[in-house]
Amino acid sequence: MADAPVRARLAAYRRLAGAAVRAQLAYPGSFALQCVGQALAQAGDLVAVLVLFGHITAMAGFATHEVLLMYGIAGIAFGLADGVVGQLDGLPTYIRTGALDALLLRPLSALGQLCASDIALRRLGRIATGLVVLVYALVEADITWTAPRIVLAVTAPLTGAVVLSAVWVVACSVCFWVVEGRELANSVTYGSSMFTAYPLGVFGPWLRRLMGFAVPGAFVAYFPTLALLGKPDPLGLPALLQWSSPVVAALAVLVAGGVWRLALRHYQGTGS
Amino acid sequence: MGGAARMYWLMAVAGFRRWSTYRQAAFAGLVTNIVFGFLRCAVLVTVFEGVSEGSGRVAGYDPAATFMFVWVGQGLINVVLLWGGTELAERVRSGDVAIDLVRPWNLQAALLAEDLGRAAFAVLIRFTVPMAVGLLAFDLRLPSSPLTWAVFAVGTLLAVVVSFGVRFLLNLTAFWLLDWRGTLGVYMAVSAPLAGLIVPIGMFPDWARVAIWCTPFPAMLQAPADLLIERGPAPLLLAHQLGWAVVLLLAGRVVLRRGERTLVVQGG
Amino acid sequence: MTGRVIETDGLVRVFRQRRRPDFRAVDGISLRVDAGEAVGYIGPNGAGKSTTIKMLTGILVPTAGTVRVCGLDPVRQRRALSRRLGVVFGQRSQLWWDLPLRASFELLRAIHQVPPAAYRERLAHHVELLDLAPLLDLPVRQLSLGQRMRGEVTAALLHAPELLVLDEPTIGLDLVSKERLRRFLADLNAAGTTLLLTTHDLPDVERLCRRLVVVDHGHVLVDGPLDELRRRFSGTRELVVELGAPAPADRLAGLAGVDSVRVEAGGLRQRLTFRSDSTSATALIAAVAERVTVRDLAVAEPAIEDVVRQLYGEHG
Repeated sequence: MADAPVRARLAAYRRLAGAAVRAQLAYPGSFALQCVGQALAQAGDLVAVLVLFGHITAMAGFATHEVLLMYGIAGIAFGLADGVVGQLDGLPTYIRTGALDALLLRPLSALGQLCASDIALRRLGRIATGLVVLVYALVEADITWTAPRIVLAVTAPLTGAVVLSAVWVVACSVCFWVVEGRELANSVTYGSSMFTAYPLGVFGPWLRRLMGFAVPGAFVAYFPTLALLGKPDPLGLPALLQWSSPVVAALAVLVAGGVWRLALRHYQGTGS
Repeated sequence: MGGAARMYWLMAVAGFRRWSTYRQAAFAGLVTNIVFGFLRCAVLVTVFEGVSEGSGRVAGYDPAATFMFVWVGQGLINVVLLWGGTELAERVRSGDVAIDLVRPWNLQAALLAEDLGRAAFAVLIRFTVPMAVGLLAFDLRLPSSPLTWAVFAVGTLLAVVVSFGVRFLLNLTAFWLLDWRGTLGVYMAVSAPLAGLIVPIGMFPDWARVAIWCTPFPAMLQAPADLLIERGPAPLLLAHQLGWAVVLLLAGRVVLRRGERTLVVQGG
Repeated sequence: MTGRVIETDGLVRVFRQRRRPDFRAVDGISLRVDAGEAVGYIGPNGAGKSTTIKMLTGILVPTAGTVRVCGLDPVRQRRALSRRLGVVFGQRSQLWWDLPLRASFELLRAIHQVPPAAYRERLAHHVELLDLAPLLDLPVRQLSLGQRMRGEVTAALLHAPELLVLDEPTIGLDLVSKERLRRFLADLNAAGTTLLLTTHDLPDVERLCRRLVVVDHGHVLVDGPLDELRRRFSGTRELVVELGAPAPADRLAGLAGVDSVRVEAGGLRQRLTFRSDSTSATALIAAVAERVTVRDLAVAEPAIEDVVRQLYGEHG
């Protein structure tokens, strides 16, 4: 028997997400406050950037507006990823209560169901903070606008969201092997939220390798920002990398899909 | 009198033991604290980029003091429980709080005792391990006198009390709010920067610095950290913490009374 | 309607455990269930029931052996199988806690791609049989356990599966709710849906299943029709004879296969305990009729609990 047509499956996911959204809007006052809380939480690193720039004029070779550009792209990307796949943090509970088994008994992907039915609308707060800062930085920073750069300005946050989502899926897959995997995953997911908001040169070589390339955080905001600014990399990395984020995002998705399938197979008991 | 003291002591022991059962989670959580320690050190030290060699100080911090500040902060997050918990709020919501209220004790004091026990366990793992990592990986500014450690211990104790006071009040909002997640979300968002976790409050512009020190937040993290790196007058820092501890505990008492009354009126 | 719904051969599932020897939860189970059957799959805690169900439904991969359900490989064809399979877990919910019951059904309709007309028809059918009308607009969290179970069963049947697997469906239910659910499931089975039921509640099995599979320590202890099991495994049965005229106890003593005779009602009623492996009820009745005038006869069947208790005793 063939799978249901893609359109029908998408409709099913949409309904799952719709149900989640309706449940979250049940207490509108509380929901609004949660959005505000998320917006403020995202602003934590903004405070750091602004306070630090009260004492310095450049951070690892980047001026205020340039760092804010990075921060804005990273903030939107993180907000989107957190909203769609962030609830994978709840995976240990799904495993413990057997709710994951119930998802496996349905004709849809378990990952798709997890994301759709737990979509976190309150992350719009984070996205809003990122968006405001990004627009401000795009206006204030010195950018020579070309067609590719316009496309990049729009797509960079989305590409970054794809990269971070892939990271999230891989990190949370650890929960299938390690009981306290969620805490470990947080160091990579929330760690990336902070790492991606700053120039790569702020961090030492080991952090750069680990959080910038092994976890491909450098491709979320750093390289796209260099491309937008037309700025040579202060670290001297190849210019080609500046436009390579979509390729990295595609690779990250492939890796994440593979790891997730492997994790599910381990859960079902084919692995080891 | 002796009986009551013993009861609160047992609550503290219970708090310690309860949390010590989550040892695995505690160790896993350390990884996040440590990663953030490294990231924060890297970001904060950029503040010295513009400073000429030699003098090397911003707002009274040199790099060694800044690193120390970061690692003390990472160690204290889970001792003071900066991001709170919702256990009491959930008991209020479910009505189970009625059981707590008919017991022959002062609920606030009992929960404070339990929280101090929890904090004592957190010191063993959540504080010492990040500090040890910081010591190994960075050149930290260590206290010049052993007395500083004693002062820091008092400051940490007061920090836990202040944090408890705020968390207690937040949880009590569940008496009136159907859904307290919004309030809690806002609190979690503002507590980190206002407590000094992200950037030392001393580096903020003057107006902001004054405003932030008018809130209880610096008492939870900035004050004990400054006590340990011997920055600022210790008596003043301790007085700020003690003042807020008293105010918050009294406020908690009053609000709990009000909450009890709503419980009686609504019949649970 | 005909055909094999479940077929396993030498099914094995081993769990590796840290610092302890491997645990063989299921150790060579071969099971065949045909379309339309109702099978009780029972055993003590830890016997391997849930592990078997997980392998049948594609949640868990067997360590060894083969398994086909509805002709499909459960793990490799999990999604195709999920369209033909319904599962009800007594202790887990597949409903959406915060949403009205109706909204959960709507979501499952979308997930399983049930055509609107078929959905409306099936929902109406269940609403009527399970008396769901007053519950449809209540959030699931407000339902009682019995009400929720009716919702769970409906949720598992909206896509009209050929096979319904029930894992402890009556656990925690009151007597009225249990009976209502059993009646519904019996009708469902009569209409052609194959049932596989695990339970600790043996009256569920007596009411619903014609066939019983008893497992323990990962092995099948017994597999056969319920009646035959009763005969084979109840050590003794009882023939109750009502006499036309009072008779002393020794009148019926000494018949082949009879262990004891108990006289009641001043000799008007006599209870003969006999071993089913040494005589049949029919032969005994004939022998009794030769000696006394019989007004009425009854053979008391042993309760299934006794059968199972004896089984565990023999093998454990």
